[in-house]
Amino acid sequence: MARKDRMSGNEAVAFAMKQINPDVMGAFPITPSTEIPQYFSTYVANGEVDTEFVAVESEHSAMSTCMAAQAAGGRAITATSSAGMALMWEMLYVTSSARLPVTMALVNRALTGPININNDHSDSMGARDSGWIQLYAETNQEAYDNFVQAMPIGENKEVRLPVMVCQDGFITSHAVENIELLEDETVKKFVGEYEPEHYLLKKENPLAVGPYDISNYYMEHKKQQAEAMKHAKPVILEVARRFEEISGRSYGFFEAFEMEDAEVALVLIGSSAGTAKETVKQLRREGKKVGLVKVRVFRPFPMEELAEALKVVKAVAVMDKAESFSACGGPLFAEVRSALYDLENRPKAINYVYGLGGRDICVEDFAMIYDQLFEIGRTGVAGEIYRHFGQREQEV
Amino acid sequence: MAYSLKQQVSKPERFAGGHRLCAGCGAGLAVRGVLRALKPEDKAVITNATSCLEVSSYLYPYTAWQDSYIHSAFENAGATAGGVEAAYRVLKKKGKINDTFKFIAFGGDGGTYDIGLQSLSGAMERGHDMVYVCYDNEAYMNTGIQRSSSTPRFTDATTTPVGKVIPGKPQNKKDLTAILAAHNIPYVAQTTFIGNFKDFHEKAEKALYTEGPAFLNVMSPCPRGWRYEAEDLAEICKLAVDTCVWPLFEVESGVWKLNYEPKKKLPVEDYLKKQGRFKHMFKAGNEWMIEEAQQFVDEKWESLLARCK
Ligand SMILES: Cc1ncc(C[n+]2csc(CCOP(=O)(O)OP(=O)(O)O)c2C)c(N)n1
Repeated sequence: MARKDRMSGNEAVAFAMKQINPDVMGAFPITPSTEIPQYFSTYVANGEVDTEFVAVESEHSAMSTCMAAQAAGGRAITATSSAGMALMWEMLYVTSSARLPVTMALVNRALTGPININNDHSDSMGARDSGWIQLYAETNQEAYDNFVQAMPIGENKEVRLPVMVCQDGFITSHAVENIELLEDETVKKFVGEYEPEHYLLKKENPLAVGPYDISNYYMEHKKQQAEAMKHAKPVILEVARRFEEISGRSYGFFEAFEMEDAEVALVLIGSSAGTAKETVKQLRREGKKVGLVKVRVFRPFPMEELAEALKVVKAVAVMDKAESFSACGGPLFAEVRSALYDLENRPKAINYVYGLGGRDICVEDFAMIYDQLFEIGRTGVAGEIYRHFGQREQEV
Repeated sequence: MAYSLKQQVSKPERFAGGHRLCAGCGAGLAVRGVLRALKPEDKAVITNATSCLEVSSYLYPYTAWQDSYIHSAFENAGATAGGVEAAYRVLKKKGKINDTFKFIAFGGDGGTYDIGLQSLSGAMERGHDMVYVCYDNEAYMNTGIQRSSSTPRFTDATTTPVGKVIPGKPQNKKDLTAILAAHNIPYVAQTTFIGNFKDFHEKAEKALYTEGPAFLNVMSPCPRGWRYEAEDLAEICKLAVDTCVWPLFEVESGVWKLNYEPKKKLPVEDYLKKQGRFKHMFKAGNEWMIEEAQQFVDEKWESLLARCK
């Protein structure tokens, strides 16, 4: 039986970690993810888990510890944000290339420069090419549900890739919401035991990990990694299907909200979807055919599926909560627009970079963007494609 | 049982020949020496920082290591070995593993004195049951003999070249062994390859079979960087010890112990003149360099003697 409770997003993820009872956690504090290792160290201190809690001296060492523990045959987890993930940068690549399914709870926060502790997606988006699977949550419930699904996805033999479970700093990590928790036994059974074929501590068959990979082999290994990311797509759906059986909650690559007959649509990631859904409901009451696509799985990127979902609309605004300084749009925009390219009648697409460093967005803002989309639909003219939203233009 | 070189070298090798280290390189000796101190029935997981040793011992798909081996990056051998050891502890507790494993990390001086110092210090402080072995060849050899904080003063290295106004490396060598001793870990020692390897072997064995973190600093000459003939390796190590440039000592639970006092302390120039990297010190007008090098060695030696009293 599921249990109802009230929890912050951080506590929800820490609770999922406890139910999973992983072997090793490497941890270093950084706002807003700090509470996750704090909650978890309490579980360790009270003997509620068997985990070796390694309170390392930096995030680089946190990911090194996790990578090595996973190579040794254990399940390893960590939690971080922002500059912490940036300091893991090198090890993100090492972990994915060694095909070690470490699981990371990433509580999204702006990347320093200047220092800012609030939410945007520049940390995880910066790591989008590091070979990690990326799942994003809108709510605390989704953060919990995604974490429970992460290991069965990453550890699948066809996949064997690390997984980043992302949620929005403060907006979900610290806000307390009603949540439905699965029973410990249900989670344990769902996640199962980690049984790698090869690991360092296997006595009858020593293993070597992390070789000097010369050009004769390197490309083959990269190709295998790329194939693994493709294999992850059906596995993510299969795990979601099994998850629905135990929870009643269904997940896909993205959530299409009021999209069947939509004329215009937004595409976005994370907690802003809650506000955007409210806008959709209000505009629908006014008879406006608006829709929303909330991306849950950004790596692997569901290109064909998104194109299929968006082919019905005349105009689409892709909302990026991260800059990529390409001078022509954010990371989500680049992917979505590329996905639209193969459509026979492709919608006009514009990009909004919004919400950087915790800047708010509200229902009226989304309503205004929908208005602009209707205008683009009517005229067929997109105008300036790469736009920033919600910042002051004059004084600063 | 008394140490016997003959007996030790008759053990099966755990580091295969055919690796690509240079002839006359100390790193291979350091590895073989440490692995020989393992009980044959004990398994090991080796961690290696990026270095000459790493790129020449594990070129995919070949490996020279008989034991499990992990390389992850340059600056994190401490954290990597700690991660394996942490997994071992919990898997053993859960009954998934029954065998005894030992955890050994190898890093060069670049990966240990410099970029890896934070990760090493963290791992030692947290008390992981592991041995960290620094094979100290006194420069970044893998990238072409650039200076490290372990490079001695006046060394002609590729980022501290001897020029018209700068006479080689300006700074003295960092005393990493003392820094590690200040961590108050169960065992810290400094050694190198002299005589029948007795000192080296005994320290490796102690480091491996002392519970908790241990650190071994092994002077491991490099023929390319130090510019000596391959066959002079042992002589150079002996001179380093007899000039007190590289004293042999250990710190067990905070107690400092000198393991060898030369009957006759040789002048430092005996050690310097064997190596091309110090050649400029012997030019007319550069006598002051040898004097200052001697003064540094004397001061360090006196303070070591005082600590070991
Ligand atoms: C790479 C990175 N990791 C973590 C943080 C988060 N962080 C900011 S200050 C701090 C702790 C500082 O502690 P200390 O140096 O002892 O100074 P104190 O705050 O105690 O004065 C941490 C963990 C960060 N900013 N960057």
